[in-house]
Amino acid sequence: MSLETQVYTVTRADLVRYADASGDQNPIHQDESVASSVGLPGVIAHGMYTMALAARAVATWFPGAEVVSLGCKFTNPVVVPAEGGVDVEVAGEAKEADGLTTVALTVTCAGQKVLGMPKAVVRG
Amino acid sequence: MPVDQSLVGRVFPPTAPFEVTEDHVREFVAATGGDYDGGPAPATYPIVLAFDAMNAFLDAESIDLFRIVHGDQKFAYERPIVPGDVLSATLAVSSLRQIGGNDIIGTTSEITDADGTLVCSTSATLVHRGAEA
Repeated sequence: MSLETQVYTVTRADLVRYADASGDQNPIHQDESVASSVGLPGVIAHGMYTMALAARAVATWFPGAEVVSLGCKFTNPVVVPAEGGVDVEVAGEAKEADGLTTVALTVTCAGQKVLGMPKAVVRG
Repeated sequence: MPVDQSLVGRVFPPTAPFEVTEDHVREFVAATGGDYDGGPAPATYPIVLAFDAMNAFLDAESIDLFRIVHGDQKFAYERPIVPGDVLSATLAVSSLRQIGGNDIIGTTSEITDADGTLVCSTSATLVHRGAEA
């Protein structure tokens, strides 16, 4: 079953807020010069930020469902411009078996997949 | 400088107990554009604990956070995290290899509640980018 694709916009201000909430103050998510110094194409979103958006989509599709597992690889960075923001799209395909629903996710930014094999399993 | 190979198998001390509050869950949810109206914390919330454990590990090994990029992350949940939980994370280094001047560090963190009961197991691969990168 295909789930309705969710689109979220990420701004640099979101990343600062997320850094404070999560405790991840890695400057590559806030400071262009530090990001460039380690070979990144610019300020990138926390991988966990993008994963949180994937989890948010799952929570939207399956309100109140208990999440059993969640995982992904961080394969491509989400580069967040200094002005405006960037859109992250979360699509999903759900399959149910034995009381568990497995959601195979596809998470893209500017047409490119940013997470590798993102998958969530929810109860019900 | 490559990370010390003897780290594999090392278990770091548990992080200081952290009390989950509604305010903090709300702040975490709001940061990713959502609204929190009570109930369990979102699925990626345990990263707050795992990140605390990772910071302590990086400090202990004198590894610069800004050279770390997240390779992957997995969570397996025993139960949802709710406000009022007092949690602690224990990090272990599960693997270490070098590829192209980068260290690929595999870690696991077990998140337990005040009774010592497992709440969530997480694993993360951390890519430590070499100084020449």
